[in-house]
Amino acid sequence: MARSVKTQRKIINTAAAWGIGLLIFFPILWTILTSFKTEATAIADPPVFLAFNWTMENYTAVLERSNYAKFLWNSIIIAGGSTILGIIIAVPAAWSMAFVPSRRTKDILLWMLSTKMLPAVGVLYPIYLICIKLGILDSRIALVIILMLMNLPIIVWMLYTYFREIPGEILEAARMDGASLKEEILYVLTPMAIPGIASTLLLNFILAWNEAFWTLNLTAANAAPLTAFIASYSSPEGLFFAKLSAASTMAIAPILILGWFSQKQLVSGLTFGAVK
Amino acid sequence: MSLTKTVYAATTMALVTAGSATAENLVIATVNNGDMVRMQGYTDNFTEKTGHTVEWVTLEENVLRQRVTTDIAAKGGSFDIMTIGMYETPIWAANDWLVPLDGLSDAYDADDILPAMREGLSYDGTLYAAPFYGESSMIMYRTDLMEKAGLEMPQAPTWDFIREAAAAMTDRENDINGICLRGKAGWGEGGALITVTANSFGARWFDEDWNAQFDQPAWNEALTFFVEMMNESGPNGYATNGFNENLNLFQQGKCGMWIDATVAASFVTNPDDSTVADKVGFALAPNTGKGKNANWLWAWALAIPAGTQKEDAAKEFVEWATSKEYIELVAANEGWANVPPGARTSLYENENYKAVPFAAMTLESINVADPKNPTVDPVPYVGVQFVAIPEFAGIATEVSQEFSAVYAGQQTVEEALEKAQALTNDAMEAAGYR
Repeated sequence: MARSVKTQRKIINTAAAWGIGLLIFFPILWTILTSFKTEATAIADPPVFLAFNWTMENYTAVLERSNYAKFLWNSIIIAGGSTILGIIIAVPAAWSMAFVPSRRTKDILLWMLSTKMLPAVGVLYPIYLICIKLGILDSRIALVIILMLMNLPIIVWMLYTYFREIPGEILEAARMDGASLKEEILYVLTPMAIPGIASTLLLNFILAWNEAFWTLNLTAANAAPLTAFIASYSSPEGLFFAKLSAASTMAIAPILILGWFSQKQLVSGLTFGAVK
Repeated sequence: MSLTKTVYAATTMALVTAGSATAENLVIATVNNGDMVRMQGYTDNFTEKTGHTVEWVTLEENVLRQRVTTDIAAKGGSFDIMTIGMYETPIWAANDWLVPLDGLSDAYDADDILPAMREGLSYDGTLYAAPFYGESSMIMYRTDLMEKAGLEMPQAPTWDFIREAAAAMTDRENDINGICLRGKAGWGEGGALITVTANSFGARWFDEDWNAQFDQPAWNEALTFFVEMMNESGPNGYATNGFNENLNLFQQGKCGMWIDATVAASFVTNPDDSTVADKVGFALAPNTGKGKNANWLWAWALAIPAGTQKEDAAKEFVEWATSKEYIELVAANEGWANVPPGARTSLYENENYKAVPFAAMTLESINVADPKNPTVDPVPYVGVQFVAIPEFAGIATEVSQEFSAVYAGQQTVEEALEKAQALTNDAMEAAGYR
């Protein structure tokens, strides 16, 4: 009897999890399906789910009109560069906060997080002017730096939380064995925190990949990533939903695949780290 | 080698070198719509003619507006040519942000630009942006439903006729709405339509001393009429409908009438996308007999930001893209119905284009819109569906949000007008107009 109740509960839980999962995934699924429809089928009422003439014409049109490879390459450089640079800066910062905290460490952590509360548009004009002065407007380097700074509070917070789980005695032992500070961080702390660093890397790569304020406002013809690629297919005067869906699918495909293969690390990162 | 040959060779080399030295790479910011995308496809033709190459930055209309405004105000120099509208042109020209388009070649024939477009894109009598395509608004209606209702659409109907026809065409059981109109918040969305509707009822945004006029009876009459008509015959949830939502409804055969941009005519008569392509008629936007029709005037135009290092090449592109030859190029490849409309007089004199069903009504709609005298009573501003001052976009977006709340049944007409009056006067006072 008890076993049958347990099985029943398991089935209900599994069904509920699948239901919620499908509900969350549905907009992405609908975008992918729409990308294979004609513009007329895309806006058909009632909507058509699967029984339509599948076509690749939208992908052909998008590839003919836009240089997808250029946008993709910019996205990889900007998201990858800002994440790696962020980790390089955040690891020593999180080390000092976790293992040699001062009276103000908590305040600094909270202050760092509070910078995320400022609406980005509030500093658009000053940052735009700085980029002009430095001659880095519409360059990948500008976006690497800005996105790194934008995500730095999250990276530091996540790493700080992971590092706090590591016993300080291990680092102390390394120091007693004669390890320098650099060796302590590089050869002792980092290998132990690899799962935490990996999930932080992944999460921030995704955040940088999807960032659509700075990447739209600071780029033109040279450094525009996939967010600008999607924006070029959105139109308030004309129904181009199928083409927009094809562009969106092409933009999210790389990150979707990356997320699929790294879901284990991501889940553990999200449930263990600072954002749990 | 003889001396003559040497001179020829040297001259040729010099010309080739000079030619390649002046070949530029132009960066152009533009919107994503059918005509602009089509132009991108013909860029090779421009490159072949001039040697200049072109890179396109295509963005959604609102993103583009924000992007180019930031760039031009900060002198970022990201773009050599920008696609801007009638609202921005006189404001930016007044700030010396644009290169005046005087001195265009004789072959370009600048006098051929439609007078209304030229007026709207000029400042102090000088042209600052060349119209790529222009539009007004007009009534698009279902001829079969009108006939079924036992009515005949006049060429220039009144709002009372439109309301009566909408009620007669409405068939809730078959999901047919007598009339579909924009209600979506935003100065360029629902804000544009209610402004031109109010113009036709004798209302205006400001009196000659820049005092808001929402407390005047004409605004109340216009807004009340609009809301009552839409409640009787409009689609459910019209408060969130913009151009695309209404285009979708009309193409699916769910609207008896639709008053919107003339550029929509080519969409609703295209049998590939529209289920009612062969049953569409056109008429002038309605009036109330006070001398103003409820139609707007707009152009997407190409302008050159001041400070670009490639002014000459940019001018060459602007000339090419807005020339008669470009129109002929598109017509030869894609048919006359697909050429950019509303920019040149000669297009409407062309016999081939006269055969396009919506051509005559588009021209008539453009001609009756007067950006210098948009309202029944005098006003201190230029612009039909907008007021060409920098503060307008912000104010009108807030006002249209109040109106959309009325459409959604969240407040009364009187409450919305009271709020609109207060917020407009406050903003104008803060900006130093009052």
